Amino acid sequence: MFSWMAWTWPTALLFIGIFSAIGVLVVLEIRHPGGDARKGVLGLTTTRGDRLFISLLGSSYIFLAWLGLMGPPLWVPLGLALAWGTFCFWKV
Amino acid sequence: MKTENQKAWFFVLPVLLLVAFNALIPMMTVVNYSVQETFGDNLFFWQGLGWFEQILRSDRFHAALGRQFLFTFLILIIEVPLGIAIALSMPRKGFWVPVCLVLMALPMLIPWNVVGAMWNIFTLPDIGLLGYFLNHVIGINYDMTQDPLAAWITIVTMDVWHWTSLVVLLSYAGLVSIPDAYYQAAKIDGASNWAVFRFIQLPKMKTVLTIAILLRFMDSFNIYTEPFVMTGGGPGNSTTLLSIDLVKIALGQFDLGPAAAMSLIYFAITLLVSWLFYTLMTKDDLN
Repeated sequence: MFSWMAWTWPTALLFIGIFSAIGVLVVLEIRHPGGDARKGVLGLTTTRGDRLFISLLGSSYIFLAWLGLMGPPLWVPLGLALAWGTFCFWKV
Repeated sequence: MKTENQKAWFFVLPVLLLVAFNALIPMMTVVNYSVQETFGDNLFFWQGLGWFEQILRSDRFHAALGRQFLFTFLILIIEVPLGIAIALSMPRKGFWVPVCLVLMALPMLIPWNVVGAMWNIFTLPDIGLLGYFLNHVIGINYDMTQDPLAAWITIVTMDVWHWTSLVVLLSYAGLVSIPDAYYQAAKIDGASNWAVFRFIQLPKMKTVLTIAILLRFMDSFNIYTEPFVMTGGGPGNSTTLLSIDLVKIALGQFDLGPAAAMSLIYFAITLLVSWLFYTLMTKDDLN
């Protein structure tokens, strides 16, 4: 049924990761409604969802920039992306 | 803790399903294509991130991206001030209001491909009204099929003709929502026209202008049909904007992998610019 979508394990894992993150947010939102809105260091008022969005968008740029400027392997940008995500959920 | 009624979410479900079908599933397929190579027959071979690397380092992509940013920049810098100026000079009440509104809305009712075809014929040097007039009456050498500058002037003018109305109508909606009391207060204080614009009209138009600029950014950044019908990306590659290049790679060369990688990079740019713009414009409202 989904063979036309040309699935691969790495891309499937990527989407499983993103959807589980959204799932975790849904659970958190049911437990603690209100989105945990706060004003972070960038001067933006963000909720948990905003912080996930900023982490993912920023990570995609970190990987693209590294790929374009330096090329593989991608361990360094992986570390940078994890650091960026941590920073987003911690401070932004 | 207060229990909130969450039933409203079920009403969003149909939209979610629709978006899943027409956006999410195709998008996931594009992600899958972007890491594979295919020779047809639904047979795919793992390629890794090679396509992304290739696209990010290709001069052709850089050139198309540069042209795309230039086009969008020109569109915004012309259409937004022009749209505000027209909205400011439109009547607020009386017989001419519906006439102006309908006239303004007309260009937006015309489909993209028709606009492209219209402007193509309109500007052809030998048979088009504008093209013939410029070339044979005034004597300016103006040929958008030969001269890149003429092609650029034509596609920018065409987009201004087609979409300035959107900025006009949204700004106008913002303007008519300002109560008379504001103007009376300004008059009592002896405010100049500029002060009225800067401190009353512009702040009141901010929300609708944000939407207008965002829509114009996304539309002009993703524009395909009009320049494709008009110039086909030519002369040479001079008007090959990102989407035209993308379609050339995907359908012309049938390189699905590179095209998918390119469209994801394209998507990331649109997403970032739209998010940045929206966040910065609405930052003060939320705090």
